[in-house]
Amino acid sequence: MADEALFLLLHNEMVSGVYKSAEHGEVENGRCITKLENMGFRVGQGLIERFTKDTARFKDELDIMKFVCKDFWTTVFRKQIDNLRTNHQGIYVLQDNKFRLLTQMSSGKQYLEHASKVFNKLDYLKKGGEGLGTWLSGRVLAYMHKAPGKFQVMIQKL
Amino acid sequence: MSRRTPRRPEYRKINKDLFVLTYGALVAQLCKDYEKDEDVNAYLDKMGYGIGTRLVEDFLARSCVRRCHSYSEIADIIAQVAFKMYLGITPSVTCHNSSRNEFSLILDKNPLAEFVEELPAGRSSLCYCSLLCGVIRGALEMVNLAADVTFLQDRLKGDSVTEIGITFLKKLDEKKYRRKK
Repeated sequence: MADEALFLLLHNEMVSGVYKSAEHGEVENGRCITKLENMGFRVGQGLIERFTKDTARFKDELDIMKFVCKDFWTTVFRKQIDNLRTNHQGIYVLQDNKFRLLTQMSSGKQYLEHASKVFNKLDYLKKGGEGLGTWLSGRVLAYMHKAPGKFQVMIQKL
Repeated sequence: MSRRTPRRPEYRKINKDLFVLTYGALVAQLCKDYEKDEDVNAYLDKMGYGIGTRLVEDFLARSCVRRCHSYSEIADIIAQVAFKMYLGITPSVTCHNSSRNEFSLILDKNPLAEFVEELPAGRSSLCYCSLLCGVIRGALEMVNLAADVTFLQDRLKGDSVTEIGITFLKKLDEKKYRRKK
Protein backbone atom coordinates (compact mmCIF):
# COMPACT_ATOMS: atom_id res chain seq x y z
CA MET A 1 0.00 0.00 0.00
CA ALA A 2 1.22 3.50 -0.73
CA ASP A 3 0.59 6.44 1.50
CA GLU A 4 -2.36 8.70 0.82
CA ALA A 5 -0.52 11.93 1.58
CA LEU A 6 2.02 11.22 -1.12
CA PHE A 7 -0.62 10.39 -3.67
CA LEU A 8 -2.70 13.48 -2.90
CA LEU A 9 0.35 15.70 -3.24
CA LEU A 10 1.31 14.02 -6.49
CA HIS A 11 -2.20 14.48 -7.81
CA ASN A 12 -2.24 18.16 -6.84
CA GLU A 13 1.13 18.75 -8.42
CA MET A 14 0.04 17.08 -11.62
CA VAL A 15 -3.04 19.21 -11.88
CA SER A 16 -1.26 22.46 -11.09
CA GLY A 17 1.61 21.49 -13.37
CA VAL A 18 -0.75 21.02 -16.28
CA TYR A 19 -2.39 24.36 -15.65
CA LYS A 20 0.90 26.19 -15.17
CA SER A 21 2.39 24.93 -18.39
CA ALA A 22 -0.82 25.82 -20.17
CA GLU A 23 -0.29 29.47 -19.43
CA HIS A 24 2.61 29.60 -21.81
CA GLY A 25 0.72 28.31 -24.80
CA GLU A 26 -2.81 27.13 -24.53
CA VAL A 27 -5.22 29.42 -22.81
CA GLU A 28 -8.49 27.59 -23.01
CA ASN A 29 -9.26 25.36 -20.07
CA GLY A 30 -10.59 22.65 -22.24
CA ARG A 31 -7.11 21.65 -23.29
CA CYS A 32 -5.92 21.20 -19.73
CA ILE A 33 -8.91 19.17 -18.77
CA THR A 34 -8.36 16.99 -21.81
CA LYS A 35 -4.80 16.33 -20.71
CA LEU A 36 -5.94 15.41 -17.25
CA GLU A 37 -8.70 13.28 -18.66
CA ASN A 38 -6.26 11.42 -20.85
CA MET A 39 -4.07 10.69 -17.89
CA GLY A 40 -7.02 9.55 -15.86
CA PHE A 41 -8.17 7.45 -18.76
CA ARG A 42 -4.85 5.69 -18.87
CA VAL A 43 -4.91 5.07 -15.15
CA GLY A 44 -8.44 3.78 -15.32
CA GLN A 45 -7.45 1.47 -18.11
CA GLY A 46 -4.69 -0.07 -16.07
CA LEU A 47 -6.77 -0.30 -12.93
CA ILE A 48 -9.73 -1.94 -14.56
CA GLU A 49 -7.56 -4.48 -16.35
CA ARG A 50 -6.04 -5.50 -13.08
CA PHE A 51 -9.26 -5.58 -11.13
CA THR A 52 -11.39 -7.48 -13.56
CA LYS A 53 -9.04 -10.09 -14.90
CA ASP A 54 -10.50 -12.71 -12.59
CA THR A 55 -14.08 -11.57 -12.46
CA ALA A 56 -16.91 -12.88 -14.55
CA ARG A 57 -18.39 -10.94 -17.41
CA PHE A 58 -20.71 -8.12 -16.55
CA LYS A 59 -24.29 -9.04 -17.27
CA ASP A 60 -25.70 -5.60 -17.94
CA GLU A 61 -25.07 -1.95 -17.29
CA LEU A 62 -26.48 -2.11 -13.81
CA ASP A 63 -23.96 -4.79 -13.03
CA ILE A 64 -21.19 -2.52 -14.21
CA MET A 65 -22.47 0.37 -12.12
CA LYS A 66 -22.68 -1.83 -9.06
CA PHE A 67 -19.13 -2.92 -9.68
CA VAL A 68 -18.05 0.69 -9.90
CA CYS A 69 -19.89 1.71 -6.76
CA LYS A 70 -18.80 -1.18 -4.62
CA ASP A 71 -15.68 -3.01 -5.73
CA PHE A 72 -13.94 -0.40 -7.81
CA TRP A 73 -14.57 2.50 -5.46
CA THR A 74 -13.62 0.45 -2.42
CA THR A 75 -10.38 -0.72 -3.94
CA VAL A 76 -9.40 2.72 -5.14
CA PHE A 77 -10.82 4.99 -2.43
CA ARG A 78 -11.33 2.52 0.42
CA LYS A 79 -15.02 3.24 0.72
CA GLN A 80 -18.14 2.61 -1.29
CA ILE A 81 -20.18 5.14 -3.19
CA ASP A 82 -22.74 6.57 -0.78
CA ASN A 83 -25.61 7.01 -3.14
CA LEU A 84 -26.49 5.70 -6.57
CA ARG A 85 -29.51 6.92 -8.48
CA THR A 86 -30.69 6.17 -11.96
CA ASN A 87 -33.47 7.09 -14.28
CA HIS A 88 -33.34 3.60 -15.80
CA GLN A 89 -32.66 5.19 -19.13
CA GLY A 90 -28.90 5.17 -19.11
CA ILE A 91 -28.18 8.01 -16.71
CA TYR A 92 -26.65 7.23 -13.33
CA VAL A 93 -25.68 9.63 -10.59
CA LEU A 94 -23.03 8.51 -8.14
CA GLN A 95 -22.58 10.43 -4.94
CA ASP A 96 -19.55 10.19 -2.72
CA ASN A 97 -20.04 12.37 0.33
CA LYS A 98 -16.44 12.32 1.35
CA PHE A 99 -14.56 12.13 -1.89
CA ARG A 100 -10.97 11.45 -0.89
CA LEU A 101 -9.30 13.52 -3.53
CA LEU A 102 -11.23 16.62 -2.57
CA THR A 103 -11.51 16.47 1.20
CA GLN A 104 -8.74 19.01 1.52
CA MET A 105 -9.98 21.39 -1.13
CA SER A 106 -11.97 24.50 -0.56
CA SER A 107 -14.77 25.36 -2.93
CA GLY A 108 -14.18 26.81 -6.32
CA LYS A 109 -12.89 26.10 -9.72
CA GLN A 110 -10.38 23.71 -8.23
CA TYR A 111 -13.07 21.10 -7.94
CA LEU A 112 -13.40 20.69 -11.63
CA GLU A 113 -9.70 20.67 -12.28
CA HIS A 114 -8.88 18.15 -9.68
CA ALA A 115 -11.74 15.86 -10.30
CA SER A 116 -11.54 15.64 -14.04
CA LYS A 117 -8.76 13.14 -13.79
CA VAL A 118 -10.73 10.90 -11.57
CA PHE A 119 -13.98 10.80 -13.36
CA ASN A 120 -12.30 9.87 -16.51
CA LYS A 121 -10.97 6.84 -14.88
CA LEU A 122 -14.61 5.90 -14.71
CA ASP A 123 -14.92 6.65 -18.38
CA TYR A 124 -12.51 3.91 -19.12
CA LEU A 125 -14.38 1.58 -16.90
CA LYS A 126 -17.24 1.74 -19.31
CA LYS A 127 -14.97 1.01 -22.21
CA GLY A 128 -13.60 -1.79 -20.12
CA GLY A 129 -17.09 -3.12 -20.21
CA GLU A 130 -16.76 -3.19 -23.97
CA GLY A 131 -13.55 -5.08 -23.77
CA LEU A 132 -15.28 -7.64 -21.63
CA GLY A 133 -17.78 -8.35 -24.29
CA THR A 134 -20.62 -6.04 -23.46
CA TRP A 135 -21.93 -3.40 -25.73
CA LEU A 136 -21.76 -0.39 -23.53
CA SER A 137 -19.77 2.74 -23.63
CA GLY A 138 -20.24 5.61 -21.28
CA ARG A 139 -19.51 9.22 -20.83
CA VAL A 140 -18.87 10.57 -17.42
CA LEU A 141 -19.88 14.10 -16.71
CA ALA A 142 -19.59 15.81 -13.40
CA TYR A 143 -21.46 18.53 -11.65
CA MET A 144 -18.80 19.22 -9.12
CA HIS A 145 -19.65 22.85 -8.65
CA LYS A 146 -23.07 21.93 -7.40
CA ALA A 147 -22.08 19.11 -5.13
CA PRO A 148 -18.60 17.82 -4.46
CA GLY A 149 -18.27 14.12 -5.04
CA LYS A 150 -21.18 13.85 -7.42
CA PHE A 151 -20.58 12.12 -10.73
CA GLN A 152 -23.06 11.73 -13.49
CA VAL A 153 -22.57 8.84 -15.85
CA MET A 154 -24.36 8.58 -19.13
CA ILE A 155 -24.22 5.16 -20.65
CA GLN A 156 -24.55 5.13 -24.39
CA LYS A 157 -25.43 1.92 -26.04
CA LEU A 158 -23.47 1.26 -29.18
CA MET B 1 -12.98 21.90 20.21
CA SER B 2 -11.37 20.44 17.12
CA ARG B 3 -13.04 17.65 15.25
CA ARG B 4 -11.46 14.29 15.82
CA THR B 5 -10.05 12.86 12.65
CA PRO B 6 -9.32 9.16 12.38
CA ARG B 7 -5.64 8.50 12.68
CA ARG B 8 -5.57 4.78 12.25
CA PRO B 9 -3.12 3.61 9.60
CA GLU B 10 -5.68 2.12 7.25
CA TYR B 11 -7.24 5.50 6.62
CA ARG B 12 -4.01 6.87 5.30
CA LYS B 13 -3.21 4.20 2.75
CA ILE B 14 -4.34 4.07 -0.81
CA ASN B 15 -4.24 1.41 -3.44
CA LYS B 16 -0.69 1.02 -4.65
CA ASP B 17 -1.71 0.31 -8.22
CA LEU B 18 -3.50 3.62 -8.34
CA PHE B 19 -0.39 5.46 -7.28
CA VAL B 20 1.98 3.60 -9.56
CA LEU B 21 -0.33 3.88 -12.56
CA THR B 22 -0.90 7.57 -11.92
CA TYR B 23 2.82 8.14 -11.90
CA GLY B 24 3.18 6.15 -15.09
CA ALA B 25 0.48 8.19 -16.77
CA LEU B 26 2.25 11.35 -15.70
CA VAL B 27 5.57 10.23 -17.17
CA ALA B 28 3.84 9.12 -20.36
CA GLN B 29 2.17 12.50 -20.72
CA LEU B 30 5.46 14.29 -20.13
CA CYS B 31 7.15 12.17 -22.77
CA LYS B 32 4.47 13.34 -25.16
CA ASP B 33 4.89 16.98 -24.18
CA TYR B 34 8.68 17.14 -24.15
CA GLU B 35 11.02 15.71 -26.74
CA LYS B 36 14.19 15.81 -24.72
CA ASP B 37 14.76 13.40 -21.86
CA GLU B 38 16.50 16.15 -19.88
CA ASP B 39 13.35 18.25 -19.98
CA VAL B 40 11.22 15.39 -18.69
CA ASN B 41 13.75 14.65 -15.96
CA ALA B 42 13.87 18.31 -14.96
CA TYR B 43 10.09 18.58 -14.86
CA LEU B 44 9.76 15.46 -12.71
CA ASP B 45 12.45 16.74 -10.39
CA LYS B 46 10.70 20.07 -10.06
CA MET B 47 7.37 18.38 -9.32
CA GLY B 48 9.08 16.20 -6.77
CA TYR B 49 10.56 19.27 -5.16
CA GLY B 50 7.12 20.79 -4.78
CA ILE B 51 5.83 17.57 -3.28
CA GLY B 52 8.81 17.21 -0.95
CA THR B 53 8.43 20.68 0.51
CA ARG B 54 4.91 19.77 1.63
CA LEU B 55 5.48 16.13 2.40
CA VAL B 56 8.13 16.89 5.00
CA GLU B 57 5.53 18.54 7.24
CA ASP B 58 3.35 15.47 7.11
CA PHE B 59 6.40 13.35 7.79
CA LEU B 60 7.59 15.33 10.79
CA ALA B 61 4.10 15.38 12.25
CA ARG B 62 3.63 11.65 11.96
CA SER B 63 7.03 10.18 12.49
CA CYS B 64 8.15 11.68 15.83
CA VAL B 65 11.78 11.71 14.72
CA ARG B 66 14.17 12.99 17.26
CA ARG B 67 16.75 15.64 16.63
CA CYS B 68 19.50 14.53 14.28
CA HIS B 69 23.14 15.15 14.99
CA SER B 70 24.74 13.93 11.83
CA TYR B 71 24.13 13.48 8.12
CA SER B 72 24.27 9.74 8.47
CA GLU B 73 21.41 9.85 10.97
CA ILE B 74 19.41 11.84 8.47
CA ALA B 75 20.18 9.41 5.68
CA ASP B 76 19.10 6.54 7.92
CA ILE B 77 15.86 8.28 8.77
CA ILE B 78 15.10 8.95 5.12
CA ALA B 79 15.67 5.32 4.26
CA GLN B 80 14.20 3.56 7.27
CA VAL B 81 11.36 5.86 8.26
CA ALA B 82 10.36 8.05 5.34
CA PHE B 83 10.63 5.52 2.54
CA LYS B 84 8.93 2.93 4.69
CA MET B 85 6.12 5.28 5.58
CA TYR B 86 5.36 6.52 2.10
CA LEU B 87 6.40 3.78 -0.25
CA GLY B 88 6.56 0.72 1.94
CA ILE B 89 10.19 -0.08 1.16
CA THR B 90 13.42 0.30 3.11
CA PRO B 91 16.45 1.07 1.00
CA SER B 92 19.86 0.36 2.45
CA VAL B 93 22.22 3.23 3.15
CA THR B 94 25.90 3.41 2.36
CA CYS B 95 28.32 6.24 2.97
CA HIS B 96 30.77 7.23 0.28
CA ASN B 97 33.35 9.44 1.80
CA SER B 98 35.27 10.10 4.96
CA SER B 99 33.78 13.54 5.45
CA ARG B 100 30.46 11.68 5.69
CA ASN B 101 28.33 13.97 3.63
CA GLU B 102 27.79 11.70 0.60
CA PHE B 103 25.38 8.82 0.91
CA SER B 104 23.63 6.34 -1.30
CA LEU B 105 20.24 4.78 -0.93
CA ILE B 106 20.16 1.40 -2.62
CA LEU B 107 16.72 0.26 -3.69
CA ASP B 108 16.37 -3.41 -4.56
CA LYS B 109 12.82 -2.86 -5.58
CA ASN B 110 11.52 0.38 -7.00
CA PRO B 111 7.77 0.57 -6.42
CA LEU B 112 7.28 3.45 -8.85
CA ALA B 113 8.58 1.37 -11.71
CA GLU B 114 6.69 -1.79 -10.85
CA PHE B 115 4.84 -1.93 -14.13
CA VAL B 116 7.68 -0.66 -16.29
CA GLU B 117 9.51 -3.35 -18.19
CA GLU B 118 11.87 -1.07 -19.99
CA LEU B 119 12.27 2.53 -20.99
CA PRO B 120 10.51 3.57 -24.20
CA ALA B 121 12.49 3.50 -27.39
CA GLY B 122 14.52 6.64 -27.88
CA ARG B 123 14.27 7.54 -24.20
CA SER B 124 17.44 6.01 -22.90
CA SER B 125 18.40 8.95 -20.69
CA LEU B 126 15.03 9.19 -19.06
CA CYS B 127 15.29 9.01 -15.29
CA TYR B 128 11.92 7.45 -14.69
CA CYS B 129 11.94 8.18 -10.97
CA SER B 130 13.36 11.68 -11.01
CA LEU B 131 10.41 12.62 -8.87
CA LEU B 132 11.97 10.81 -5.91
CA CYS B 133 15.12 12.91 -6.15
CA GLY B 134 13.07 16.07 -6.16
CA VAL B 135 11.01 14.92 -3.18
CA ILE B 136 14.11 14.23 -1.09
CA ARG B 137 15.73 17.48 -2.13
CA GLY B 138 12.61 19.54 -1.40
CA ALA B 139 12.04 17.90 1.96
CA LEU B 140 15.64 18.44 3.06
CA GLU B 141 15.56 22.04 1.96
CA MET B 142 12.51 22.69 4.11
CA VAL B 143 14.57 21.68 7.11
CA ASN B 144 17.43 23.90 5.99
CA LEU B 145 19.62 21.23 4.51
CA ALA B 146 20.81 21.85 0.99
CA ALA B 147 21.57 18.64 -0.85
CA ASP B 148 22.25 17.33 -4.30
CA VAL B 149 20.14 14.29 -5.03
CA THR B 150 20.62 12.29 -8.21
CA PHE B 151 20.26 8.81 -9.58
CA LEU B 152 23.58 7.03 -9.65
CA GLN B 153 22.27 3.72 -10.91
CA ASP B 154 18.96 2.78 -12.42
CA ARG B 155 17.60 -0.72 -12.93
CA LEU B 156 15.61 0.50 -15.88
CA LYS B 157 18.82 1.45 -17.61
CA GLY B 158 20.37 -1.95 -17.12
CA ASP B 159 22.11 -1.52 -13.78
CA SER B 160 21.70 -4.19 -11.15
CA VAL B 161 20.12 -1.92 -8.57
CA THR B 162 18.60 1.50 -8.32
CA GLU B 163 20.83 3.86 -6.40
CA ILE B 164 20.00 7.38 -5.27
CA GLY B 165 22.95 9.56 -4.25
CA ILE B 166 22.51 12.29 -1.64
CA THR B 167 25.29 14.82 -1.15
CA PHE B 168 24.74 17.23 1.70
CA LEU B 169 26.04 20.67 0.82
CA LYS B 170 25.62 22.77 3.91
CA LYS B 171 26.39 22.39 7.57
CA LEU B 172 23.55 20.97 9.61
CA ASP B 173 21.44 23.76 11.08
CA GLU B 174 21.27 23.30 14.83
CA LYS B 175 17.78 24.74 15.09
CA LYS B 176 16.05 22.15 13.00
CA TYR B 177 14.35 18.92 14.02
CA ARG B 178 13.22 20.41 17.25
CA ARG B 179 9.88 18.97 18.22
CA LYS B 180 8.50 21.54 20.57
CA LYS B 181 6.22 24.11 18.96
